[in-house]
This record gives sequence, C-alpha cells and structure tokens, in this order.
Amino acid sequence: MKCEELLKLLNEYVDGEVDPGLCESFEKHLAGCNPCQVVVDNIRKTITIYKNGQPYDLPSDCHQRLHDVLRQRWKERHPAAQR
Amino acid sequence: MSRAVPEIPVQPSDSELVRRARSGDLGAFEELVDRYERRVYTIARRVTGNEHDAEDVTQQTFISALEHLDSFREEASFSTWLLRIATYGALKILRKRKGLPTVSLDEAVAPDPDDDYAKIPHPEYVADWKESPEQLSQRHETQRLIEEALAALDEKHRLVFLLRDVEGLSVKETAEALGLSEANVKVRLLRARLQLREHLTRLFGDETRRLEPHRHEEEE
Repeated sequence: MKCEELLKLLNEYVDGEVDPGLCESFEKHLAGCNPCQVVVDNIRKTITIYKNGQPYDLPSDCHQRLHDVLRQRWKERHPAAQR
Repeated sequence: MSRAVPEIPVQPSDSELVRRARSGDLGAFEELVDRYERRVYTIARRVTGNEHDAEDVTQQTFISALEHLDSFREEASFSTWLLRIATYGALKILRKRKGLPTVSLDEAVAPDPDDDYAKIPHPEYVADWKESPEQLSQRHETQRLIEEALAALDEKHRLVFLLRDVEGLSVKETAEALGLSEANVKVRLLRARLQLREHLTRLFGDETRRLEPHRHEEEE
C-alpha cells in the first residue's frame, strides 16, 4: 500500500471502522511494520490523554461566581422553595 | 466479635440528583454542578482558548441546564447532555467573537489546500511512550504540556479533534456543528491526530527505543 493510502486508512483503523476489504490489507501491512504499529498506538494514547485526562481547574473565584449566579437563577424560578 | 461494617455513604447517581433537582432540591443541582463544572470549563477553555469566554460558557451551560432540566429525558446521560450544551455554547461564542453569522466557522471560501491527504506531514519521531496516559495526566507539569500541544494546533484542526475525539460527536455531527463536509472532517481529524502524536511523542517517547519511520515509497 502506498503511504498516502495508509495514512487515509489510519483514521478509520484507529476508530475500528475500516472497510473489511481494506482492513485485511492494512492489517497485513501493520503486521510487518513496527513503526506503523507504534504510530497507531501513539495515536490511541494521544486521544486517551485528552479524552480521559485531568480537566482544568476553575480559575479562582470562578467556582464561587458560578454558584452565586445559579443560586440566583434558582430562586427566580423557585420563589417559594426553601434551600 | 462485632462485624459491624462502617457505612460508606453511597454517592447518588446523576439520575437521582436530577430527579431531586426537578422536585426543587437546589442542593442536588449544586452537587451536579460540582461534579461537572471542571469538565464543562475544560471543553469551553479548549474551544474558546481563553479563561474569560470559558467562564461565560460555563455559566451559560449550567443556567441552560437549570432552565431545561424538565425537558431532559431521564434515561439519557446527564453528562453527555451537559457537555453537548457546553460544546455548542463554546462554538457559538467563538463564532460571535469572530463576527461570523452562520454555522460555518470556516473562513476559507475557496477549497482549503490543507484538506488534502497528499500534503499531510508523515510521522517523523516514532517511539513508544515511557509512561501511560493515566500516569502522564496525573502530573501538573505534563498536563500543562499536553494543553500547550493542543493550543498549538490550527483552530480548524483543534476543533475537529475536540468535537470528534474528545467530546465523541460523530463525524456527521462534527461536520454539521462546524459547517464542513464529512470528508473535510476526516482529513482535518487526521492532521490533528498526527500533529498531536508528533508533538507528544517528542515529549513523552522513549528515545532509547526510537524507530526509523518507515518510508512507504513503493507499492507493497
């Protein structure tokens, strides 16, 4: 397979969505190409690190401001409710 | 001997908190906010690129959740619903900031030469990472580097990556949200993934096990 074709399939392969016909050809390539295997693994880890990694901390005061605003809105919507 | 088991308080599920919030329990709603505010802020911060807009989006997201709690279907995932509101809210602010009237965030009118598989840079630095993603994201220093790598992407690549890979929108949903074709989405996603991979592997790869990238010049 040519490099450009491989790259095109890379997305789909990472997502587990390659056309079965192409998949076999791609997997055959992968079986014999260690750098490509590592690239696929790198990409999967890259996605994981952004998807499942640590979220940002809220800047100082943001949390308080947020809760103040929400409490205010809540009261407007539930005028009779007790906290 | 006494076999008293200390009572471990079980965290209420999101559904339970939603139920309680719907019946007027502010504390339950605040608990939901505490659970998700960082994740909402994170998607907002990554999409808009700045703290000020991210805070606005965060507030708008939870206000919207508060106001539409009644129409939220209980059997759906609260976190998915909430993060979608945040994602679309962040895109809206981005559009507003750029003065773009409609759906498309794409300022290019002519076909974008970047949207071409032939011109995508091939992997250069290839090595297994020294640590797992879990280990890496525990550390403050690496977390900063990770966010820097993301911010270094062109916005048009970063947005596709955020929507598709991080927030889990489908290719179709991503295309619609950004005013792109599905083909555009796929090629931009590949660029984003490869660029991030390159950047992060240079930082976190095990240089002692570095491999030569395979140049696939011939038909195999």
